[in-house]
Amino acid sequence: MTTFYAIFIDGMIYASWLFLVAAGLTVIYGVMRILNMAHGSFYAIGAYCAASLVGWYFSDFDGNPYLSYLLLIGCALVAGLVVGVVIEQGLLRFMYKRNELLMIIITYALLLILEDATKLAFGVDPYFTYQPYALLGRSDIGGLAFANYDLLLVVVSAAIGLFCWLVLNRTHIGKVLRAVIHDREVAVAMGVNVRLMFAGTFIFGTTLGALAGALTAPSISVSPGIGVEVIVLAFAVVVVGGLGSIEGAIVGALLVGMTRSLAVHLAPQIELFVIYGVMSLVLAVRPQGLFGRTLARKI
Amino acid sequence: MIHIDRSMVGLAAATLILAAMGGFVPDWLAFILTLALAKALVVQGVVLQMRAGLVSFGQGLFFCVGGYAVGMGGQFFGIHDAPLLLVVGALAAVALAAVLGLLMTRYRDIFFAMLSLALSMILFGVLVKSSDLGSTDGFNVHPATFFGHSFSNESYKSVLYLLTVFLAGGGALILHMVHHSGLGRIWEAIRENEIRVEYLGLSPRWLLYANYLLAAAFAALGGGLTALATGHIDPEMAFWTTSGEFVFIALLGGTAHVAAPFIAAILFAFVRTYAIEFTPHTWQMILGFVLLGIIVFLPKGLWSLVQSKRRAKA
Repeated sequence: MTTFYAIFIDGMIYASWLFLVAAGLTVIYGVMRILNMAHGSFYAIGAYCAASLVGWYFSDFDGNPYLSYLLLIGCALVAGLVVGVVIEQGLLRFMYKRNELLMIIITYALLLILEDATKLAFGVDPYFTYQPYALLGRSDIGGLAFANYDLLLVVVSAAIGLFCWLVLNRTHIGKVLRAVIHDREVAVAMGVNVRLMFAGTFIFGTTLGALAGALTAPSISVSPGIGVEVIVLAFAVVVVGGLGSIEGAIVGALLVGMTRSLAVHLAPQIELFVIYGVMSLVLAVRPQGLFGRTLARKI
Repeated sequence: MIHIDRSMVGLAAATLILAAMGGFVPDWLAFILTLALAKALVVQGVVLQMRAGLVSFGQGLFFCVGGYAVGMGGQFFGIHDAPLLLVVGALAAVALAAVLGLLMTRYRDIFFAMLSLALSMILFGVLVKSSDLGSTDGFNVHPATFFGHSFSNESYKSVLYLLTVFLAGGGALILHMVHHSGLGRIWEAIRENEIRVEYLGLSPRWLLYANYLLAAAFAALGGGLTALATGHIDPEMAFWTTSGEFVFIALLGGTAHVAAPFIAAILFAFVRTYAIEFTPHTWQMILGFVLLGIIVFLPKGLWSLVQSKRRAKA
């Protein structure tokens, strides 16, 4: 029974982390049809900003330790916003007419650039910011100790998922966005400012990525290469769920998270293998993912 | 009767010149060239797929299979002859591709890219967890013999260089003929309009299957040569960034001519050697900007420079 609890709660924690990482990716693809390889770099930038700022806060500044959470989220929002605006306005808006495959390669170039830009800005030594993680203590669930920070992550992740879903399905902007997703050309003809929608979506996506990084920073050592590792995981999640679907990302994250947790506890040798195994299996049966739409072939 | 054109003569001449250069270039240069040519062989496979409209972000899978086949053949199965090891590697890759191809040929565009990435990451995950194969560290490859002859350390490198040059040259000649054969033309037709090809009574799926197998064989050959040259293999060969590098070189050269990947791979190797020496932390950034520059200004790769010059002359 203890193993079952451990598998379930670890799975939930991992799934919520996966959703955080994948949400921005799926939002950007859904609206803009850009499979953003640089998403992992936004995650890394968020993590670095948070780690260095919060590290500074605890070492040089003797404030209320609980304010560090505000700092964590605040700097992620600023970093995501700045990076998003710069990249969208400076590069991507000139590239929108190119096909999806080429967009992958363009964002791959972006990944290479951002990867080194973070190294230049933050150096190559790892950053540790355990304080926000340790501050919340642990709780005992069924005889097992879990970090409260991790459990809080589940709640935050659920809130972000709900927020995205509400914006998309219950607001005016969401309605317009769905029109753009459904048929870009008709949306333009109806007077929708698609460029503005694209810019907004991209910036929202990068901010989600940076936020995921900032929220993860306290529980890992922030070092070069975290972005490259994260992006393939995020791909796995959104591809399983169906590219561009928020519900899909939630289901994909749960599926991948639980499977990995099962593997970690029962057969640790196949831990890495199993994530991509699930992805390949889903793609083999449903190429468009669990929640994806099938498109008619055009001649 | 094989029609011999100017490109084939040029390729043969370039092969002989490169082979002759092996006699007097310094060791480090021969080593860089060996690795660059081996990498170019992998890129030939990526280009082959690009000509058919497919972009693989997982060619590292077969690159890695080729490399590990060479390493494991020497370590566990007592095969020590380089050409034999390379053949074994290529066969292993083709066998794996024959199975995976059944699945892969159902996908196009980003789905092909993503699934190929996932498959190579599966191999990466398996290798990282296999302690018998050295986990993340990989293991060393024993020096091999060539057709039963063993060589001292000095001449070993030269012989390996020669083998690589001739394999690259031979591979290029074969691919040049393939590109200009009916099969090669049909692959381009699939890229342009797959459904019309179907209407013509051909099966794009099986044509792409053949394409996939051929690309896998070239990747394994390149992987095997890389393993022999560096004397070491590790799971990084299957990591997706390795595959990204192949895509980069393919785009740098362009897909118009078989010589392009070689030029791009050699250029890439030299720029990297110097960039890492002078600016170790901005090397990837340079790559990124170059990639963007190519996409915007030279969408058909460096080879389009050669072509436009030729057209200007005509």
